[in-house]
Amino acid sequence: MKVMAQMAMVMNLDKCIGCHTCSVTCKQAWTNRAGTEYVWFNNVETRPGLGYPRGYEDQEKWQGGWKLGKNGKLTLKAGGRWKKLANIFSNPKLPSIDDYYEPWTYDYETLLNAPAQKHFPVARPISLISGKPMNVSWSANWDDNLGGSHENASRDVMLKGITDKVKLEFEQTFMFYLPRICEHCLNPSCAASCPSGAIYKRAEDGIVLVDQDKCRGWRMCVSGCPYKKVYFNHKTGKAEKCTFCYPRIEVGIPTVCSETCVGRLRYIGLVLYDADRVLEAASVEDDQDLYEAQRNVFLDPSDPAVQRAAELAGIPGDWVEAAKRSPVYALINRYKVALPLHPEYRTMPMVWYIPPLSPVVDVIADTGHDAEDKGNLFAAIDTLRIPVEYLANLFTAGDTKPVDAVLKKLAAMRSYMRDINLGRDPDESIPESVGMDGETLYDMFRLLAIAKYDERYVIPTAHAEQAHALEELATECSLDYEGGPGMMGESGPFGEGSGELTPVAVENFQMLKQRQTSDTISGTEKKGRVNLLNWDGKGSPRGLFPKKGKEDDH
Amino acid sequence: MDTFLFLIVPYLCLAVFVVGHYWRWTYDKFGWTTRSSQLYENRLLRWGSPLFHFGLLGVIGGHVVGLVVPKGWTEAIGVSEGIYHFLAVSLGGLAGVATVVGLVILVYRRRTVGPVFMATTKMDKLMYVFLAAVILLGMWNTVASSVFGHYDYREGVSVWFRGIFTFRPDPALMSEAPLGFQLHALVAFALFALWPFTRLVHVFSAPLGYITRPYIVYRSRDEDREGTRAPKRGWEKASR
Ligand code: SF4
Ligand code: SF4
Repeated sequence: MKVMAQMAMVMNLDKCIGCHTCSVTCKQAWTNRAGTEYVWFNNVETRPGLGYPRGYEDQEKWQGGWKLGKNGKLTLKAGGRWKKLANIFSNPKLPSIDDYYEPWTYDYETLLNAPAQKHFPVARPISLISGKPMNVSWSANWDDNLGGSHENASRDVMLKGITDKVKLEFEQTFMFYLPRICEHCLNPSCAASCPSGAIYKRAEDGIVLVDQDKCRGWRMCVSGCPYKKVYFNHKTGKAEKCTFCYPRIEVGIPTVCSETCVGRLRYIGLVLYDADRVLEAASVEDDQDLYEAQRNVFLDPSDPAVQRAAELAGIPGDWVEAAKRSPVYALINRYKVALPLHPEYRTMPMVWYIPPLSPVVDVIADTGHDAEDKGNLFAAIDTLRIPVEYLANLFTAGDTKPVDAVLKKLAAMRSYMRDINLGRDPDESIPESVGMDGETLYDMFRLLAIAKYDERYVIPTAHAEQAHALEELATECSLDYEGGPGMMGESGPFGEGSGELTPVAVENFQMLKQRQTSDTISGTEKKGRVNLLNWDGKGSPRGLFPKKGKEDDH
Repeated sequence: MDTFLFLIVPYLCLAVFVVGHYWRWTYDKFGWTTRSSQLYENRLLRWGSPLFHFGLLGVIGGHVVGLVVPKGWTEAIGVSEGIYHFLAVSLGGLAGVATVVGLVILVYRRRTVGPVFMATTKMDKLMYVFLAAVILLGMWNTVASSVFGHYDYREGVSVWFRGIFTFRPDPALMSEAPLGFQLHALVAFALFALWPFTRLVHVFSAPLGYITRPYIVYRSRDEDREGTRAPKRGWEKASR
């Protein structure tokens, strides 16, 4: 047994209102630079729908992730090492900018300089790729809220086999939102595809990062990731991806997307796992066994044997404590309500999802029946095959049993808690019917409904004696490289990002400098500037809002 | 004059080549990339890039054989002048044609596809001029020497070239060579001098290690990355 720690996330899809706050704050923190205009480390897609980049789940087309070879061994779906090298001069599976979307800005100049005239002046969209005026015809969430679903949602590959049953008429269809970040997989195919070995998994917390100094721009990771969560910065010529906001995680605060999530639906915590069994679990024969196989790789942190092995592996005591309190472990293995996204890609993803019950509830409510009654809900889950099958295509490689079980647990929680809230005697047969006891079901309710900040985010800090080493890692791997967030080189002699540096915005420059020089984590006391990347969400730091009245300046 | 052109210039260029790379590696690892433009345009690149690169690999292989292996060696293993010449012209010609066709596609693409042209730096343009000149002069030499009378570069240019690395260069050998060969060599050395300051550096990151390394890379502090500060008190490392 080789114990390793992994920082992981669970999202409760029932609560996502599709507001895109997470995407926007993430973009402001990490990808608001030239070359990454089209890049969304966090995106929220409406399902059924095509997602971003368009139709990324069609692995017959994109060949991302792993597949099981004839000899039962795991190989990269797009071909092994030699094939990768043979294709290095032109990656046949690389999505083009049109598969994402052509980023644009508006010609604001015309608005500002327009003379008095009869007609309103218009700001035309200008492509950020070619610099020419363009017609906007696609974006990262063009089919938001089922927009254009006749044309788009029907092409969703996850509807395969159930298309005829799904009604995409606006009033009759079901829909939900799926926020996505990099999965920080246990068996990342992006890293395995990288010819330069620039993508690595941090041994301390499992965060997958791209070493910007080692990346040579071969683009194999972009096509190798089945979730299409590595992006090519077309100005610097390097790959970039979600960093799990590691500078925040190291000091014990959650990622920007979680911090700012309006629905408070994200949970962050540690999961201990047995690194020796990852490959074996990723190689089980039947796709539908992958969910169970991955769950079995996770180790129970309250097991003394695991604790001893963790100590031997050099995992600090407080990390094991944090793993015990981890909401992620609880949702995955104790309550068993969280499911992995596309286990069939065999990358062992580590951002898991609680599937939404609301499509089912909505259907019952629409028919005028009691949508909190256990009998009604259970019957609906059983008869409404369509949402269940669709969810199974997303989360369990098509196996409806686990999805069924999760939805029933959520339904049971709903009716059980209604009795309690109305002051009635709780009906203990409800938890029993889903194989739980009343207390566990109540605990689950607490975690899902009313858990406070420090229960949703249980993040042990990186250790002081590790901190410097991590810092060194960071200076070599992070996105704060020259030309990274906050800095952007004008076109230097070797292309964008080389040569002399000029900060693109004083705002960003200050932010970076402050972060590098301040001793405190929030570092907000300087100059009235607020660094959102470091803000822990508590209180309102000076400078967040304009000053009221007179307050002494400093 | 010959001493300057065929003795001093080569050494100067090679010095710039070596020192330039050292400097670039030390100070600009971040800028060390292929700077691919595949994201913008794929249709032309799909043909142009493999043609050009694989052709060029063939051409480089040919140069290694032609320049580095002395004539005596190939004759010793029984490759006659005739066979050698035939192989050189046919295989070399094939690789050369692939390279030139690839180059034409790529240059056409660079000029006509808006976003690709916008992403082209001044240094790129300069490099393209030299690269194209070297390749075209090389092609011309291959064609010319088989059409108008034969010049045996293996007894002239090659010997001079090897001399550079054994520090016994003989510029006189070059002054006897046809003008095409002289120009080809000079432009090539100029390209070597430009090399470290262009995207050509990506040649040296050909990822051969990929064949043997484990698929998943883990990185962590190990003893020599442990940082320069002494560990603080209060936490003992668990012993194994
Ligand atoms: S989801 Fe993230 S870790 Fe997994 S393969 Fe894609 S980029 Fe790599
Ligand atoms: S911020 Fe939260 S609620 Fe809003 S879209 Fe993102 S995940 Fe959903």
